[in-house]
Amino acid sequence: MAKDQIQYVTAPKVDDNRKKYCRFRKNGIKYIDYKDANFLLKFINDQGKILPRRLTGTSLKFQRKVAQAVKRARHIGLLPFVADQLK
Amino acid sequence: MNQYETVIVLTPLLSEEIAKEAIAKYSKILADSGAEIVQEDNWGLRKLAYPIEKKASGFFHLTEYKSSGEVISKLELELKRDERVLRFLTIRLDRHAVAYNEKKRSGAFNKKPKQEAAV
Repeated sequence: MAKDQIQYVTAPKVDDNRKKYCRFRKNGIKYIDYKDANFLLKFINDQGKILPRRLTGTSLKFQRKVAQAVKRARHIGLLPFVADQLK
Repeated sequence: MNQYETVIVLTPLLSEEIAKEAIAKYSKILADSGAEIVQEDNWGLRKLAYPIEKKASGFFHLTEYKSSGEVISKLELELKRDERVLRFLTIRLDRHAVAYNEKKRSGAFNKKPKQEAAV
């Protein structure tokens, strides 16, 4: 019975042991296409903001390219600058 | 000689033919100034993610070409003067981009850069 009553002060971290990795390095993608809005959706949140590296795991080199691609896509109207419920 | 690509977004108020004509004008400017057009891609009428000049959609056209840098300023001047053009974007392609576009053109993958190894 005592086992069921264990309480944590902070919520225990579940599956924290999965390491983040850079998907571009792993898959050997060298160029990020700004015309592919659906792909870029993975790197922005539902307000249309670019997600930080600490969430996506992208390496610095490719984060710069992602940011560039998202900004280009915004300029030609493929992605919004601001949105409410993008996803 | 660098490789560039330009995306032009035209007003949706044009008819198909006039849109084509406008695009042909820019292709001609490129050809006249000695650019070598690698590919052209017409995406047709597409919805915009946000309104531009109160328009909700636009005709998208992509041109990929090899030229020297002086041609760009000439082309962009014309684009700026044209009221039918909502937006345009010219970028220089690095070697990875050239390789990517070539692969895309030959149909090695459909649109998505990854997951092509599935079949």
